[in-house]
Amino acid sequence: MYDILIIGAGVTGCALARQLSGWEGRIAVLDRAEDVADAASKANSGIVHAGFDAKPGTKKAYYNVKGAAMYPALTKTLGVPFDPIGALVLGFSEEDRRTLQKLYGQGQQNGVPSLRIIEREEILRMEPNTNPDVVCALYAPTSAVVSPYEMTLALAYHAAQNGVEFIFDSPVTKIYEKDDTWHVETPKGVLSARAIINCAGTGAAELHNQISDQKIRIIPRRGEYYLLDHTVQCPFSRTMFQVPSKMGKGVLISPTAHGNALLGPSAEDIPDPDDTATTRAGLDFVLEKCRLTWPQVNVRSVITTFSGVRAHPDTDDFIIGPVHGAPDNAFEAIGIESPGLTAAPAVAKELAEMVAEHLKLPSARFLRSAVPLLRPFSAMTEEERAEACRKNPEYGRIVCRCEVVTEAEIRDAIRRPVGARSIDGVKRRTRAGMGRCQGGFCSPRVMEILCEELGKSPLEITKCGGESKLLVGTLNEIAKEARVDE
Amino acid sequence: MNEPIIQVDVLVIGAGPAGLAAAIAAKKAGVDNLIVLEREDQPGGILRQCIHNGFGLHRFKEELTGPEYAQRDIDTARGMGIDIRLGVTVLSVSPEKRVTAVSRDHGLQIFEAKAVVLAMGCRERPRGALAIPGTRCAGIYSAGTAQKFVNLEGYMPGRRVVILGSGDIGLIMARRMTLQGAKVLCCVELMPYSSGLNRNIVQCLQDYHIPLYLSHTVIDIHGKERLTGVTVAKVDENRRPIPGTEMEFDCDTLLLSVGLIPENELSAGAGVEISPVTSGAVVSDTLETSVPGVFACGNVLHVHDLVDHVSNESFRAGEMAARYALGERRQGREIPVRDGKGVRGTVPQKLLLNDETAQVDLMFRPDRVYRDHYLTVYADQRPLASVKKMILTPGEMAVQPLNEKMLAACREAKEITVAITEEKAV
Repeated sequence: MYDILIIGAGVTGCALARQLSGWEGRIAVLDRAEDVADAASKANSGIVHAGFDAKPGTKKAYYNVKGAAMYPALTKTLGVPFDPIGALVLGFSEEDRRTLQKLYGQGQQNGVPSLRIIEREEILRMEPNTNPDVVCALYAPTSAVVSPYEMTLALAYHAAQNGVEFIFDSPVTKIYEKDDTWHVETPKGVLSARAIINCAGTGAAELHNQISDQKIRIIPRRGEYYLLDHTVQCPFSRTMFQVPSKMGKGVLISPTAHGNALLGPSAEDIPDPDDTATTRAGLDFVLEKCRLTWPQVNVRSVITTFSGVRAHPDTDDFIIGPVHGAPDNAFEAIGIESPGLTAAPAVAKELAEMVAEHLKLPSARFLRSAVPLLRPFSAMTEEERAEACRKNPEYGRIVCRCEVVTEAEIRDAIRRPVGARSIDGVKRRTRAGMGRCQGGFCSPRVMEILCEELGKSPLEITKCGGESKLLVGTLNEIAKEARVDE
Repeated sequence: MNEPIIQVDVLVIGAGPAGLAAAIAAKKAGVDNLIVLEREDQPGGILRQCIHNGFGLHRFKEELTGPEYAQRDIDTARGMGIDIRLGVTVLSVSPEKRVTAVSRDHGLQIFEAKAVVLAMGCRERPRGALAIPGTRCAGIYSAGTAQKFVNLEGYMPGRRVVILGSGDIGLIMARRMTLQGAKVLCCVELMPYSSGLNRNIVQCLQDYHIPLYLSHTVIDIHGKERLTGVTVAKVDENRRPIPGTEMEFDCDTLLLSVGLIPENELSAGAGVEISPVTSGAVVSDTLETSVPGVFACGNVLHVHDLVDHVSNESFRAGEMAARYALGERRQGREIPVRDGKGVRGTVPQKLLLNDETAQVDLMFRPDRVYRDHYLTVYADQRPLASVKKMILTPGEMAVQPLNEKMLAACREAKEITVAITEEKAV
């Protein structure tokens, strides 16, 4: 019996888990995927938004501004790449100027610091690759970039260190309350808990509607991106937005926290929340839109394209708190689309307090500081590298040449709590496979290390869990099969 | 705290066919303080996984497998006492030829070399670089990665295979996967011609009745966890898919053989000028790059079709690096070599001519298929050679040697131009 069961290991669920681990109690995070950050939390723009987009008075506005303020210290504690590079929202007409003025006004009301409207000359001085047709821009110096999956992972690591359990590969098939206890059915068995918190992203409405008579709707909204190689410098040093549309904040061009250039997203409502395919139309749309910001747009150095599906609530605002119309001890943080990543620490802080108080959990325990991640070899100086190799010879074997990732880092990523179990799991934790060759060189080597660490055969290793196996059989097995077929 | 710096006359980066040949030649030219650094645990480079035959026809006049070809150079190098260090990854090369490397056995090491030979080879262009729409499921491999799984590790990456791109590794893998019991459904090539060698089209596709769809490409990829299929469509002359020509293939594997890219990150770090056409260093006929004492050869310089050519080129690079390390500074008149009509990526990009220069091979690829055209070399506007070729195709590197007589004729020239002409130039 758990005190609290968190459903969904995205950034919101993991932030909540970490926060709640400051109270006494048995807590678990449940996810259908094989790893944390499997859905929207791994595939978004990675922006810590300043907070001028959301309408004043909304939960989005409130948690955005609060969350953004928590990021600098939190990412430092967790050791997550974070860079307050600032952002510009570009305007190309007097009509756009009115929109920017409105955004500026919203920012003032929401309490966003240091916003100002700047003119063409200053924009071109700050960002010389901007389309010279630009008229004015809203400048938000507090806007930042963060690595969204590393943020989620770090929150999970910290939570696990504080005793939170993580249960993967467990989609919730049914959820109900009986005798003041919540029962959560999965193909692996039934889990029970005093309280549940629904953080299930695009799957959250289905869970909500099972337990509440006040039905809600969440619309899957897909965004497609181009990611360029970081050996080619991003043409902009800040996040470059265009004026927002009713579908979202529009297409941006931004350096990521790792220095790659990111272009996107498109915005398209789709029926299947798991449909993360990219499309010709979506990618072409991104390029076309980017041309307004960057007339010389070129994606010759593209290393990958990807898409993420946001959980767009039909109410257009986050739904956070006790589940209305449901039995007691059910909570939720759902409809978390942008600025969900920014808001997560603030949502977690307030919701955790609410839940802990409700369950009257003793709050004596303090969060220990996170066990530091193994220092990336790529970020070390020559002296540090020499020293690291002396202490651990596995630092001397480069497994991923593009991103300079060593065997020591890969083994650590597998061994640590909430460790990697797949090729993509290793990739998100260490960057092995994130470079120019996209794992062509390192995936067989990473596979070998996964086998050693997990005691598995190469035939069991997956790209990202489930049936995503990389190999189908030994040479003999497949040859024999073919002979039988004949 | 400070590591001792290792002084070396010639440092070769990579122990594939290029690095081995360069090391052998450097040793022969009189350099004893010679080290080869190799990141894998065995020498031989990509040849280790090329277990098919067809290697060495030019150089050894016999048909060898990749490992056999490599073994000859490995044996020669070892027999000469060449110091090949395995499991060592080079992290950086400075313009002053200070090289940092790391290994499990020795940690971080710093070398100072009098001459450096860049022989790092090339890598495969991945799916991401093509921005093919669709899902990002398991079952999509570059052909070389699949080749490694099959030939070195003994595992099959899939049962039903579509191959995108008709590069040589893809063609070789079509045959290999078929022989091993997989069903190869087709090979799809964006261009109206194959980028592989003709002999591979015949021996790896036609002999196994595997269809080759020219002017086609993969426009969509299906499957959430593992690949379940791809959509292939015909493309127009601007390489845009033609609506209505879509074909669905039910497959669990997509192999990509869509180009090789010289791996020049270290070279760029050393300040070596890189050609946007070959993606390799800009070199003179001595194979010296824009950084004095830094030489380049093999697939890191430009992607070859035949290892025999790699070895030849690398022998020269190794010899020249040795002579540089021994103090020789070559004097000569610099003459740029330019790509003329129909020609892409001529290497070397310049000649450093002096009385010693006996022969220079100009290597390049045609920009499309030409039949019954002339391969013409001009010194300024004057034709030096104009040789009829039945076929010139981007899939096969063209080589035009300049002999002593031709070189003598271009001593005073301002530039040399290589072109493909319809008529014999006189």
